[in-house]
Amino acid sequence: MRLTLYVWRQPSADAQGDFVKYDLSDVSPDMSFLEMLDVLNANLEELGKEPIVFESDCREGICGTCSMVINGRAHGPESKTTVCQLHMRSFQDGETIYIEPWRARAFPVVKDLAVDRSAFDRIIQAGGYISVRTGSAPDANEMPIPKVESDLSMDAAACIGCGACVAACPNGSAMLFTSAKISHLGLVPQGQPERTKRVKKMVEQMDDELFGSCTNYGECQDACPKGISISFIGRMNKDYMKAKLIEVEEPRKEVESQ
Amino acid sequence: MNLESKVPEGPIQDKWDNHRFSMKLVNPANKRKYRVIVVGTGLAGASAAATCAELGYNVDAFTFHDSPRRAHSIAAQGGINAAKNYQNDGDSIWRLFYDTVKGGDYRSREANVYRLSQVSVNIIDQCAAQGVPFAREYGGLLANRSFGGAQVSRTFYARGQTGQQLLLGAYQALSKEIASGKVNMFNNREMLDIVLIDGHARGIITRDLRTGEIECHAADAVVLATGGYSNVYYLSTNAMNCNVTAAWRAYKRGAAFANPCFTQIHPTCIPVSGDHQSKLTLMSESLRNDGRIWVPKDKNDKRPAREIPEEDRHYYLEERYPSFGNLVPRDVASRNAKERCDAGYGVGATGYGVYLDFASAIGRLGKQAIKERYGNLFEMYERITAEDPYEVPMRIFPAPHYTMGGLWVDYNLMTTVPGLFAIGEANFSDHGSNRLGASALMQGLADGYFILPYTIGDYLARNEPGSASVDAKEFKETKEEVETRTDALVALKGKRPVDAIHRELGRVMWNECGMARTADGLQSALKKIPQIREEFWANASVPGSEGSLNQTLERAGRIADFLEFSEVMCLDALNRNESCGGHFREESQTPEGEALRNDEEYSYAAAWLYQGPDKSPALLKEPLQFENVALTQRSYK
Repeated sequence: MRLTLYVWRQPSADAQGDFVKYDLSDVSPDMSFLEMLDVLNANLEELGKEPIVFESDCREGICGTCSMVINGRAHGPESKTTVCQLHMRSFQDGETIYIEPWRARAFPVVKDLAVDRSAFDRIIQAGGYISVRTGSAPDANEMPIPKVESDLSMDAAACIGCGACVAACPNGSAMLFTSAKISHLGLVPQGQPERTKRVKKMVEQMDDELFGSCTNYGECQDACPKGISISFIGRMNKDYMKAKLIEVEEPRKEVESQ
Repeated sequence: MNLESKVPEGPIQDKWDNHRFSMKLVNPANKRKYRVIVVGTGLAGASAAATCAELGYNVDAFTFHDSPRRAHSIAAQGGINAAKNYQNDGDSIWRLFYDTVKGGDYRSREANVYRLSQVSVNIIDQCAAQGVPFAREYGGLLANRSFGGAQVSRTFYARGQTGQQLLLGAYQALSKEIASGKVNMFNNREMLDIVLIDGHARGIITRDLRTGEIECHAADAVVLATGGYSNVYYLSTNAMNCNVTAAWRAYKRGAAFANPCFTQIHPTCIPVSGDHQSKLTLMSESLRNDGRIWVPKDKNDKRPAREIPEEDRHYYLEERYPSFGNLVPRDVASRNAKERCDAGYGVGATGYGVYLDFASAIGRLGKQAIKERYGNLFEMYERITAEDPYEVPMRIFPAPHYTMGGLWVDYNLMTTVPGLFAIGEANFSDHGSNRLGASALMQGLADGYFILPYTIGDYLARNEPGSASVDAKEFKETKEEVETRTDALVALKGKRPVDAIHRELGRVMWNECGMARTADGLQSALKKIPQIREEFWANASVPGSEGSLNQTLERAGRIADFLEFSEVMCLDALNRNESCGGHFREESQTPEGEALRNDEEYSYAAAWLYQGPDKSPALLKEPLQFENVALTQRSYK
């Protein structure tokens, strides 16, 4: 296969970026998209030129590292497929392909196709966990969980934190990501004690990071390589409304001295 | 130097209890005066960092990823073992211990393995409480499956994403501690050296991969949770960035490296499709529970798989190992696939593949049941190969997957450098010469949640807190060495991409130090490796500068270390003139072609100690005693 690539090159966060054109021949349809870029980068290295920066790690579609917009679509044309699992047989001989980084206010470009997604970590740090000190857990079978709820929780937990939902959303919203974690933990009994606090804190953090709001485009669900359902956003909104409406009675702070 | 394993006295069941009682404790009020560095945030690193922070220590945690959630533990699919005996099928701590020692072909340390089995049950409790969505039965209790050669169902799983879910559990625990301020999280940092003061590990030197800055970090102890070195083969199932650098730099500072030749080749990977291949994809070996492995009986039979009738198929594992069949351990399954392909019976375009067939399981259980068990794996296979495994058998071939070797550690998980600990895949201790399926996740979390947080306390309690400062001359000197090395790498302006040189090294290692090894082959590898190293330093191309994000420079540094490490791996394989587990020396096999151990001469862990540049490392031996599991020739017939 022969391809014409237009790749976004940007030397640093502050620098002006632009598309650079590359012609590539001898592309095998069995190559993954990233292997195609490896070949291009090897060509550049042979010429002593700086290769294109893009991030990837597991190349099995689970670590969530790879992130690029291909012909306007986050992770490219195949549904439920990360870039690393996308193969060149999805493209035509002679095709022109545009490759860009995630575009979102909360994900500034680091270099070329790499962006800074640390905002996601800070959303999890705000409350995306169940507080259980190591060693203090009861026997795992002491808390039966109906299979349906457990499976639904797993559906939400499948999120790989790649950020495609944000990149695909016209508003740059992180609500699919945030709602997936809130639903994963909110659907199981272990997650109940912190449920109210969790949703408040995570939503506030999401807003502080300058992610946009959801206006029901549904692009996030479409771009998600793990098929996370937009219905989790509804679940999050419900939890958030409840958390905001119901005044939680605070226990007395000071402890009376004996 | 003598290797002191520090295994506690007493019956094996009581060793860990006795040890926990005899270890010194750090007073709760004093814990905040200590600082611990944890390098790596996979299962072992994230769980250790979170737990140490919960205990009250200050933790500096490091990952070279953009987020601690991306470590390669995330890619583990199949499951995690624990001796819960929830299935009432005869499992026990003793049985898990026995299976692990035997499965490791008697090259692990009994006391460590017993402790691993003991804490396995706590891991499941911990993870379930964190909200890890393990598979459940309709009654709401946890489901189990039999996995990788075990005759009991002791494996817990979360669809095909067990590693991901366990890692997210540990990552979330870590995130909580980051938010509380007990953990300083350093993302995008690669550890490039260990700093020793008075012989103790007191800090590390890192490079900020985004800015290029070389930084110093001081602490009271350093924990390496930096994973394995399968990428020495270039093609492996490890993630692109997995490397030996942290462990290798520790080795060069005096940490002995044990059993580097013990590598595991995983039998169920997707075969190579061409020269462009950047890595191999593993599919969970749980597939072997329902898939049947075969090749055509006639090597010239080029009919499509579905047109080959039953009588023309050779189900070689079922035939050769009637009691275990397709569930023989990984090394046996891998070697048999290689044997069939080398003999010309391989399938697929390259001839390096065997069939893994689900037709009879689909016939027996229905397509829906198979879809529930393996749906995501089938999808993944189809995405990569464009073949539908519900209709045609999968093609599989073995690939390097896990490394049992690693930094030598004592019972406290401390290396030969005081204050330097190694946990998870980075150490050598628990899997002997072959790891059983679903045991890597167990070991990573055992080390991180339940072992290191105790044993590090014993070390810290014996040392004054806060004794190291980044102003010490040792930090300045080590930092300068790192800068010199980085300068040398970025000065490489030759013609060859660094990956091409890595691929060349990988081919040598796969051919001579892979699934089967011979003295001649290893000697020829020991001649070729220095030539490739020379080629690297003469002709590699590292464009760009060191002052910003430079991925070629990162890879070049890792490859330079692989080019040194691979020699020690071959030396170790050459020294061990016996076959055991994943280490198969063709000179040492039974008449049936099984691995033949030589317990008289090689019942030891081989730990290699750095002696300086251009000098052969010294070999230290830790004798292995088997007081509880009788040494037998493994047989899965």
